[in-house]
Amino acid sequence: MTTIAEKFGRDEWTRFTLKQRMTRYAILLGCGLAIAWALTSIEVIWAWVWGAPEQIGDLFGRMYPPDPSNLGTILRVLWDTVNIATFATALAVILSLPVAYIAAQNTTPNVVTLWLGRLILVTSRSVNTIIWALLFVAIFGPGVIAGIVAIMFRSIGFIGKLLGEAIEEIDKRPVEALEATGASRFKVIVYAIVPQIMPTFWAVAILRWDINLRESTVLGLVGAGGIGIILQGAIDTFNWPEVAMILMAIIVLVIIGEVISAFLRRRIL
Amino acid sequence: MTTQRDTWTKPPFIANAALRWTVYLGAILYFGWVGLTMPIDWARVAEGVGRAGRIFGGAFPPSFERSGLLIDGFLESLKIAVLATAGGVLLSIPIAFMAAGNLVPRPIFYMGRGIIIIARSFHPVIVAILFVKAVGFGPFAGVLTLIVYSIGFVAKMLAERIEEIDFGQVEAMRSAGAPYLSTLVYAIFPQIMPRQIGLTIYQLDSNLRASAVIGIVGAGGIGSTLANAFGRYDYDFALAITIVIVCVILLSEAVSGVIRKRIQ
Repeated sequence: MTTIAEKFGRDEWTRFTLKQRMTRYAILLGCGLAIAWALTSIEVIWAWVWGAPEQIGDLFGRMYPPDPSNLGTILRVLWDTVNIATFATALAVILSLPVAYIAAQNTTPNVVTLWLGRLILVTSRSVNTIIWALLFVAIFGPGVIAGIVAIMFRSIGFIGKLLGEAIEEIDKRPVEALEATGASRFKVIVYAIVPQIMPTFWAVAILRWDINLRESTVLGLVGAGGIGIILQGAIDTFNWPEVAMILMAIIVLVIIGEVISAFLRRRIL
Repeated sequence: MTTQRDTWTKPPFIANAALRWTVYLGAILYFGWVGLTMPIDWARVAEGVGRAGRIFGGAFPPSFERSGLLIDGFLESLKIAVLATAGGVLLSIPIAFMAAGNLVPRPIFYMGRGIIIIARSFHPVIVAILFVKAVGFGPFAGVLTLIVYSIGFVAKMLAERIEEIDFGQVEAMRSAGAPYLSTLVYAIFPQIMPRQIGLTIYQLDSNLRASAVIGIVGAGGIGSTLANAFGRYDYDFALAITIVIVCVILLSEAVSGVIRKRIQ
């Protein structure tokens, strides 16, 4: 039997050596300093901060009881929201196919197209849906179309990136077998590449639809259609009971969306 | 073998023919009908092409003239992200324990899960607009919003990790007569710590991203600067802000990726 002293070269057991402990303290100190810097220099009115719990309680108090009198309009606009998400996802899926094709290293025709593909993906992914929506509301005017285009632009990057990675991971042998028989490029894609990425394709499309459903609920706040518009209207007129009703409708929509996408994923994969 | 075939055809997408045609027909009907009845003002959309030209014409070249405003906005976003991550992670630890099915009795478990579901259901922008109404414009509303956003993600992932821990160590501590707090600190924390640190860094990155967005509805940070520039038709400044946002996001993504890889 070995004693602690023999095994670790110390008399007492501790989890970390002195050096490890010092590094940990230094990291903790760094985090503490960052928080202190943020706390002391942020421009907030502290009186408002101390009053916040009361104000928030007051807000929720006014929301109760929720007012279902406008339920018909809410449900109709909710349907618009679902349509925005679905149309945008469908369009984005179609448009992201060629982008994924040129952004994958093993299928892209040449280096220029590879970088073009990557540029499209990065631009689309790093700009948030709401920022896209601001731009398209300025272009197309307030309404459903700005929302669809905004969500579509954001989704192309997401779907294209994941599909491109799936294409890069495919088994090369079916492709080579088809090429050896003299199949055209189009036939190689349809019979050797597409079947291999089909499961990823559906999984990504369903996942993105679920995300888009959530995002489409806020587009209206910048004027791009959907439930957000009447939410903004209710908030601006201080109609808190209706706000509560709309929020409940959004929760139900999001949960239904999650149930549907979980069901589809189980059926398809 | 039922029949000999000379040619091979691709297997259909859905094996059941009736279901397949129902799905196709349903999709055509849905997209056709909704596509035609959607409230779209096509004349206004057509006008958009000209407007797009004007907007992009106004946006080039991006103007970095007011870089002071830009830097201030970014520092504010960073402060919001740091404070919200600290607050959100601290709050999400007890909530994650509440939502871990193997540690707490059922009623507390349901309460924990309920908090997480509510925090996750709402997009941060909706939460932000409510907080802006409740506590006023500015970064404080942003911090509160991102705390809720962090709880939704961090508490959920952490609760899943807690449910996967090796229970042998907890039982060993308990059989040695350790009190509750010691069990927590010596048996559970060491097992969840690596995940917790990884999650914290990831959340800091995603809070920074989100803080660019919630500013658009008035919750402080670079988003407010962007919304103002857009509202005043300063498209060149807006483009400059957008470019900087994209660069910062790419940078923070890279940094957080490197740190997380080194921890694991």
